[in-house]
Amino acid sequence: MNEDLGTPGSPKSLPLILARELASNLATPMFLLDEGGMLVFYNDAAAMLLGKPFAELGEIPSGEFAQTLQLTTPAGEKIRRRDSPSGVAFYEQRPAHQRVMATAYSGVRRLYEATAYPLLGATGEMNGVVAVFWEVVPEEDEG
Amino acid sequence: MLARVWGCRGSIAAPGPDTVRYGGNTSCVEVRLESGHALVLDAGTGMRPLGVGMQDDLPDELHIMLTHLHMDHLQGLGFFRPLFAPNLDIHIWGPTSPVQHLAERIAMYLSPPLFPVRLEDLPSSLTFHDAPEEAVTIGSATIRAAKVTHQGPTVGYRIEENGRALVYLPDHEPSLGADLANVPVAWMSGHDLARDADVLLHDGQYRDHEYASHVGWGHSSIRDALEFANKADVEKLVLFHHDPYHTDDELEELLAEARGKWTGMEERVCLAAEGMTIRLDAGGVTFS
Repeated sequence: MNEDLGTPGSPKSLPLILARELASNLATPMFLLDEGGMLVFYNDAAAMLLGKPFAELGEIPSGEFAQTLQLTTPAGEKIRRRDSPSGVAFYEQRPAHQRVMATAYSGVRRLYEATAYPLLGATGEMNGVVAVFWEVVPEEDEG
Repeated sequence: MLARVWGCRGSIAAPGPDTVRYGGNTSCVEVRLESGHALVLDAGTGMRPLGVGMQDDLPDELHIMLTHLHMDHLQGLGFFRPLFAPNLDIHIWGPTSPVQHLAERIAMYLSPPLFPVRLEDLPSSLTFHDAPEEAVTIGSATIRAAKVTHQGPTVGYRIEENGRALVYLPDHEPSLGADLANVPVAWMSGHDLARDADVLLHDGQYRDHEYASHVGWGHSSIRDALEFANKADVEKLVLFHHDPYHTDDELEELLAEARGKWTGMEERVCLAAEGMTIRLDAGGVTFS
């Protein structure tokens, strides 16, 4: 658990800080990666998606995140990390959107529309990535 | 280093009989380094009297460090006499913007119809710089900036000399969208800049009951200023950017409210006032 309120840790950039506050106040699952690809925060709605709160898992290195949240296409084909929306946003520094099937810790699988975009600062510097997941309810999926 | 407050009012100048003790000029702090270099933090209306005092003893090199370009931090620039000293080497630092260079943004104010003289027509030698997010050395000090939560691109500054640190965060709302008490320090706007400072000049515009109707305006409540300073392990907190509607008496009520929250540490918080000087050297920190 990395939510020790008194430990300085690695200072976060202002765009990430503001993104975290936005995420904290939304009911939409939202994940934040930092400029090195580390998962540094997800909100309570995302905790419901994953099955575990951020306070329990804490920050997750980039190489381990794929094991935390397994993504496939709706047909069940595995999505490589760099081909996922957050991977495209991180490696190619452009927004990306994809319909994905996500498997939580509990094994429950749900269908989502996932959007990710890079947080580029005032001088174009990379601050990280925001990834948002919208669950696809059956009515929306018809047709 | 020796810092002197020339203006600590927020938002708009507020001269008059009710603001005599703490002053009505907007943000401007002069910092003289041991090396003889002069820094000026922000260009509020306090910059005018500073310039009057400085014109007969101009430094070789002058650095104006702007936190942001709201008018209460810029309005004094056009009335700063050293700006009209031929060939004086003046460096102006400020927050970056993805759309316009700092000089272009300042020229929006220093040009007709808002001001009669164009920035490009000033006789001094002006050089513009992005606020340094990597530490830079100016004379005997190292100076670093960091982006902080306010409305629009805004930075704070940390000045270190001889092991002492002065931090300037006049416009700052670190609690926007969160309860500071529950925010890990790594996620706290400005924390890395302010950490372990000997003196922190920090936004303290609102009393706690006033803040509720000003969330998102870019300023701090007393509670949040104290929480921020406490989490940053700051030695002395100087409340800055006084609300233009707060009279001297109301500011003293605000200070009493702040000291009531810091039982046993009352002397670690005070109000900024025009004319206040702060000396930071190897012997410690002295206010007068």
